[in-house]
Order: sequence, then C-alpha cells, then structure tokens
Amino acid sequence: MASTDRPARAAAFVVIDAEEARRERARRMERTGRWLLPLIIMAAAVYSWDRICVWNEIPQYILPRPGVVLATLIEDAGLLFSSLLVTLRITALSLALAVIGGVGLAVLFTQSRWIEMSLFPFAIVLQVTPIVAIFPLINIYVDDQTTKLLLCAWIVAFFPILSNTTLGLNSVDRNLIDYFKLNGATRWQTLWHLRLPAAMPYFLGGLKIAGGLALIGAVVAEFVAGAAGQSSGLASRIIEAGYRLNAPRLFAALILISLTGIVIFLALSWISHLVLHRWHESALKQEQ
Amino acid sequence: MPPQTHPFLILQSIGKTFASGVTALDRVNLTVNEGDFMSLLGPSGCGKSTALRIIASLSQPTSGVVDWRGAALKQNDIGFVFQEPTLLPWASVYDNVWLPLRLRGVSRRDAGPQIAEVLERVHLTGFETAVPRELSGGMKMRVSIARGLVTRPRILLMDEPFAALDEITRFKLNNDLLELWAERGFTVIFVTHSVFESVFLSNRVTVMAARPGRVFDEVAVDAPYPRNQSFRTSPEYAALCRKTSDVLVGAINATAQDLEAADGVH
Repeated sequence: MASTDRPARAAAFVVIDAEEARRERARRMERTGRWLLPLIIMAAAVYSWDRICVWNEIPQYILPRPGVVLATLIEDAGLLFSSLLVTLRITALSLALAVIGGVGLAVLFTQSRWIEMSLFPFAIVLQVTPIVAIFPLINIYVDDQTTKLLLCAWIVAFFPILSNTTLGLNSVDRNLIDYFKLNGATRWQTLWHLRLPAAMPYFLGGLKIAGGLALIGAVVAEFVAGAAGQSSGLASRIIEAGYRLNAPRLFAALILISLTGIVIFLALSWISHLVLHRWHESALKQEQ
Repeated sequence: MPPQTHPFLILQSIGKTFASGVTALDRVNLTVNEGDFMSLLGPSGCGKSTALRIIASLSQPTSGVVDWRGAALKQNDIGFVFQEPTLLPWASVYDNVWLPLRLRGVSRRDAGPQIAEVLERVHLTGFETAVPRELSGGMKMRVSIARGLVTRPRILLMDEPFAALDEITRFKLNNDLLELWAERGFTVIFVTHSVFESVFLSNRVTVMAARPGRVFDEVAVDAPYPRNQSFRTSPEYAALCRKTSDVLVGAINATAQDLEAADGVH
C-alpha cells in the first residue's frame, strides 16, 4: 500500500521555481478574492447602514435598520412571495414571447434583406421609445390586465434578442455557406444546420440582457398599472407600502426584486455555459 | 493509380471580371484528365482560387465554358477542401464528416460505415467525439479532407489546404493525400503557392501569371508514383523543382512587365 502511495505523493509536490510559485499564489488569491471581496464589501455596507440608522436616530418609516427589513421579509413572506410569483409569471412569459418574436423576426430578416430593411427601423422605434410613455396607450387599447403587462415587458425585452440573433445569423463563415451551397443544401438546411447553431452565442448573449430587461419591463408595467390599483405584483406592493409609509416592507420588496434579477441572470448564464462550454471561445477557460 | 489521358474537364477561354472592374481571369484554357493530380501554381492574385470556385460552380465565369466532357456530374462528384479547415465548431468530428451525407438525407446511423472508413483512412479513428477546438491544426485539416472524401467524389478541389500548417505536418499530409489518391483514383486540382509541394504531389503543374490571371505555362512532372521520402531528397525532385521554379519566376516577371506596361498607359 505504502509503495503505491509514493508516486502519487511525489507528484503532489512538484518542484517549481520562485516565479511560478508566486504566480500560483496570485492565482489562488484571485480565486478566493472573487467571491470574498464582494461579500466583505456587502457586509461592510450593511453594517454602515445599520450604524447610520442608530447613530442618527433615523425613524423606521424613513430608513429601517437592516435587521428590521430582514424581519419584515420573513413576517410578510406570504404576501411578498405571492406577489413575486405574479411578477415572475409576467417576466417568464414575456421573455418566452421575446424569444419567439425576436428569433422569429431575425430568421425572417436573414431570409430576405428587403424584409430586414423594411422592418428593422420599426423595431428600433419600439426600442427607443420609453415604455412608460407607451403604456397609457396600451392601457386604452388593451382590456386584459395580464395582456397589458405582457405586452409592455415584451416590448422592452425583445429588442436585444432580435438584434443579437440577426447579427449572429449574418456572421456565419462565408466558406461554410459556400460549402453548404456546394452540397446542394436547401435554405431550410442552411438555416437549421448552420445559421442557427452559429448564431447561438449571439442569441444567448441577447437572452442574458433580455432576462433582466423582462423583469424591469414587468415591474415598470406593474408600476404604471399599479398606480391605478390594478396589479398585484411586487411593484404594487412597493407602491402600497409607499402610501402607508411602510418603509421596511418597501425595502423588503426591493431586495426581493434585486435578488430575482440576480437569479435570472445567473440561470441564463448557466444555460449559456451549458450550451457553449465545449466549443465557443467565450465559454472556454484560459489555458494555463 | 497512373493518370489517364482521357480528358475529364476542359476550361475553354474562361474569363472573370468582377463588378469592381478587376479582371481576375483572362482567357484561361485548361484540360484536366481523369485521374490527374494537377496543381495550379502562381503568385497571389493570379486567380487560382477564382478558377477553382468557377470549376465548383460557386462562381459564374464572365465568358468561356466549363466543359465536363459530357460527364453528368452529380452533387456527390465534387469534393472541396478550403484553405481553412472550415468545420462546424459546435459539431463533433463524426458529425462534421457526416455533414455532406446528412445534407443528402443519409441518417447518422446509415452513414456510420462510410464515416468510420474515411476516418480510418485519415488516421482519426478514436477522435469521433472530439470537437474541432480540441484538435491540432493538422488534425482539423484531416477532418476537412475526410469530409471532402466521404461522398466518394470523382474530383477533389483543394484550395491551398496545407498553407497554414507547419512543415512536418504538411509533409505527413502530403504523403497521406497521395496514398488516398492512389487508392481511390479520384482527380485532384490542387491550388498552391509552393513549388516544392506542387512538384511532390502532382503529375502536372499549371503555372499561372497575375493581373490578369492567365495560364503561363505547364510543367509535366514525370517522376513515377508512389512518391515518398526518398523522392523528396532525390536529385530528380531537385531538378524538377528548379525547372518549375524557373517557370514561376518567368510568370512573376511577366506579371511585373504587365504592371509596368499598365503604369505606362496611365
């Protein structure tokens, strides 16, 4: 047993020079620092927030202490999480519709330059007009509450998917397009076997942006709709808490929205990693 | 396989002028016999690649005729290997080689024996599941050649396929390509910058001059096959390289004179 252990142990103690040792130490510190530093800063910020409240005797309805916010988050969990589910439903649905609409339109654009030239300016107009300004119109023309919110979140989320996917579908290696032509590939085969997989990294990049935007779109839509007392999402909880000077609940809802945004981003990054990690430069670890 | 004298493909007075006004090819005449290993050798800008693209029907000639001598070519009959490996980066070696068959409706399973055979011939057995980025430059090129050969084409068009590889890998791939050619008996048109490579591989070297691209001369490389490492170091090879090199220098000088004449006109 002892004799078989020896080579493994010898391999563990590879002799390296001082420069390599320094590099290895730096690498290890960077790995730890990547998660430790943000945690320390976050802890320091929360602690200062707490101290500022105590030292300046700030009343709870203006700035609640972090502990109170946490307690509210737990106490009001039932109310807040049911509202979160409403907001999440709108976010997920609008993101799904943005994927269908964005990718569908991008595919249409690559099939005909004329269609792209005709329609792309309209997509830009939709993108640059502030959603808060469009919402009153939607409010007039659409009756159903969910449809209103969905439409609003969709308008915000679909553009990054459309523009990134269009770019991806058009960024295919010209030689590969020639190769497909040489092999008598149909339009559909070229799209399915070449353009769509080649556009995947661009699409996933757009999806990561759209995920965050769908949440923002849903919350903004709820805000505008909620002002009329027609919504039950997280934004309406914030408005409600604002009216009642219930700052702890306002903070709790805000934190919940931020955490949701982070979770959405991490989930989409993970999907992107799963799809791309074997072949795309963006997902490869730098070789040592 | 000894090349035959039966003409397979004749380019008759091919001209190509781009919309920009640049004339890439001017009255190019070329006869390729069945089983030939013909190299197109010439300086940059002499239209070698354009000629290859016209033969592959990827580009239309402005004038002239591409005559396949009555052979009704099917899609399977032309294989093409690019300067870069031009593989699908997301697909495995197996799926990359399957691609031309897949585009013809052959299922992944039915293509199995053909893919296994061609991968074995290019020494890539065992790498079926690797993706291109996990392979070296030479291995990627082997996948590209395997993909070009899996449909058993009658003619293989190669556009400077080994230009980006190191010399050791290039020598190895040269040997393997000659073996495959001898075994399967397809016709090759091989575009290259390299005198040494063209002489080692081909039975005919067509030297082209630039601006506008045209056929300058042809060198018959009458050394017998199989050619191997001992041919590379033989006086016969050196003499053939010198001869080809002289013709190439003539083509380059002809280009320079044309440029001067054109400058004089301006």
